[in-house]
Amino acid sequence: MTSAEKQPQALFPHRHLLGIEGLSPTDITALLDLADTYVEQNRQVDKKGSVLRGRTQINLFFEASTRTQSSFELAGKRLGADVMNMSVGVSSVKKGETLIDTAVTLNAMHPDLIVIRHGSSGAVELLSQKVSCSVINAGDGAHEHPTQALLDALTIRRRKGKLQGLTVAICGDIMHSRVARSNILLLNAMGARVRVVAPPTLLPKGIERLGVEVFHDMMKGLEGVDIVMMLRLQLERMAGSYVPSQREYFHFHGLDYAKLAVAKPDALVMHPGPMNRGVEIDSAVADDINRSVIREQVEMGVAVRMAVLDALARNLPNERSASERGGAA
Amino acid sequence: MSRTAFTNARLLDPASGYNEKGGLLVEGGLIADLGPQLFNDGLPDGAEIVDCGGHVLAPGLIDCRVFTGEPGAEYRETLALASQAAAAGGVTTMIVMPNTNPVIDDVALVDYIERRARDTAIVNIHTMAALTKGLGGEQMTEIGLLRDAGAVAFTDGNKAVASAQVMRRAMTYAASFGALIVQHAEEPSLAGGVMNESELATRLGLAGIPAVAETILIERDLRLLELAGGRYHVAQISCEASVEIIRRAKLHGLPVTCGVSAAHLQLNENDVESYRTFFKLSPPLRCEADRCALVEGLADGTIDVVVSSHDPQDAEVKRRPFAEANFGAIGLETLLPAGLALVHNGDMTLSRLLAAMTHAPSDLLGLGRGRLATGLPADLTLIDTDTPWILDPSKLKSISRNTPFEDRRFQGRALRTMVGGRMVYVHGETR
Repeated sequence: MTSAEKQPQALFPHRHLLGIEGLSPTDITALLDLADTYVEQNRQVDKKGSVLRGRTQINLFFEASTRTQSSFELAGKRLGADVMNMSVGVSSVKKGETLIDTAVTLNAMHPDLIVIRHGSSGAVELLSQKVSCSVINAGDGAHEHPTQALLDALTIRRRKGKLQGLTVAICGDIMHSRVARSNILLLNAMGARVRVVAPPTLLPKGIERLGVEVFHDMMKGLEGVDIVMMLRLQLERMAGSYVPSQREYFHFHGLDYAKLAVAKPDALVMHPGPMNRGVEIDSAVADDINRSVIREQVEMGVAVRMAVLDALARNLPNERSASERGGAA
Repeated sequence: MSRTAFTNARLLDPASGYNEKGGLLVEGGLIADLGPQLFNDGLPDGAEIVDCGGHVLAPGLIDCRVFTGEPGAEYRETLALASQAAAAGGVTTMIVMPNTNPVIDDVALVDYIERRARDTAIVNIHTMAALTKGLGGEQMTEIGLLRDAGAVAFTDGNKAVASAQVMRRAMTYAASFGALIVQHAEEPSLAGGVMNESELATRLGLAGIPAVAETILIERDLRLLELAGGRYHVAQISCEASVEIIRRAKLHGLPVTCGVSAAHLQLNENDVESYRTFFKLSPPLRCEADRCALVEGLADGTIDVVVSSHDPQDAEVKRRPFAEANFGAIGLETLLPAGLALVHNGDMTLSRLLAAMTHAPSDLLGLGRGRLATGLPADLTLIDTDTPWILDPSKLKSISRNTPFEDRRFQGRALRTMVGGRMVYVHGETR
């Protein structure tokens, strides 16, 4: 890489963002710091930047997602990239050969950045091996969703001023949640204490080995925490297969003011969305402007994704730096 | 009458414990004579002489769990190609599974396999027939007629017989014929995952298959076995608890036997690492403690046979996200080398290892082979136990390349394979 000589210390020394696993606290801090600057830019009247001018970004979504896809789209556009959205039907691309064919086809169009969401754990990593551009994981199965963890961290850091030493309770369907996995990895890396709170049927085997304290009783799990991070529970999992009913789930694991009362008085409530109001979170709690930062998370999402796109693009081959180098030689 | 004289061999017969330097004479496809002084008075006239160079001459290996693509999926592997892979791996007899299309659940299809084997294959092939029609797990097949047609055992292959009632009736009925029932022990309702249920599965975000999926079905079947009688074999066990269960059942005198795959003796769940689908096996690779228990179970005789569980899968069904990829790995050509690694590790003697690949499967299935004894068909494998080599998938005979042993360092391999007096494989020679 020619740019490596000009910038001996890359801001973010990775080709892809496939997960939080493998990132150092320095990497994470660099992304959060960069994202902070984009929060300010996004609050200006003129939000348009140009660091991705000339770059092509493809959002390849094998799973429907309104908010993540639009967040990535907006992030790319605000940085000046040409953004193309591809939503591939779930039924038409269930098979991996089509998956790899799709990647190879897209790769031939010379994109610079591909944002991928896929319903199978490991699918994004598999695709990253078949393309020559940078790949960003926008969620793969129950594995990772790194930009969600980064935006959660940015939200917390801006509110609390730090991540280290905070106690964070992640509550709900840990078993099927990529958000939970990425958050556990990130928060642990940054020195926060992580608890998981869920009925045992929604906890995967060996979760305690990931460095979390496990609670089945929400009143105990929320005691003294700084952050309550709720997860979405898919409704079909509440009809007797994992928990007996919505009613019982909300009674024991839904976040309401009674349960929130045992957390710290200034504890923040978070949710990656979309919410099932009255199922995992009481509507009033979700909308409480003093406690809930759920809307702020959405704002931070755009900024974090801009930071990720920017950071990865800095490592891409660059014509300007190539010509500069040619001139110097 | 064609004759072959093996000279300068280490004759190893695991069944009798015979382990001597000497020679062996093959005449008319049978073992005519063997012993330390055999060729002291000179070599027989007109015989092809094979100087074994001090290497081990053992009974030909018998692999009692092989999946092929014939009939129905010949693009994955034909019987002919599988037999060439077998020969290259020192395997002289392979038992094919009924999981084909159509399913081997009818006398005509057993005939078909026997005929195709005779006409196209270079090693002995027998088939296990389906235990239930169409592998549907409901109606039992014509066990008596299928046995008479040549089926050596009854199994639904890589599908478990889930219904306790069906298994009970099948055991009861099969007992009257002395027919062996072979179970893929995995309770389907607990086996919806794609790898071992563990911390690693949690990290990878993959659904796990708990070890109890296996042990529940084995324990259930052992209860049924007490009730129904008959002979029962677990095709492959994968975990420490299963070794314990089988060990205890054998102590109680139950007519139970079990197998293990060479892959499960050499690999563990960590090999799955970053979603490597060639390590997606059924039953799944489990943790290191389980692997060690399997090795120990094989060494002490709790586990009776070692199988390859050879299962060719093409690239299209393996180059997928882990959860969507097919299960299975090829193994005919790595059965012996993977097993030899246990001998080199000091886990067991060569004789013990080979017992589980020769006379034990022969006795289990009533094949009348697997021994160095005069009058038996000359199925022989000449084994170099020591020379190191590295597995290059492109050099394998199988057209499917889904081996979990890519770039693996092995020590020892088959040098020659003889089936019924005919040399079907010579290492380093293209035929």
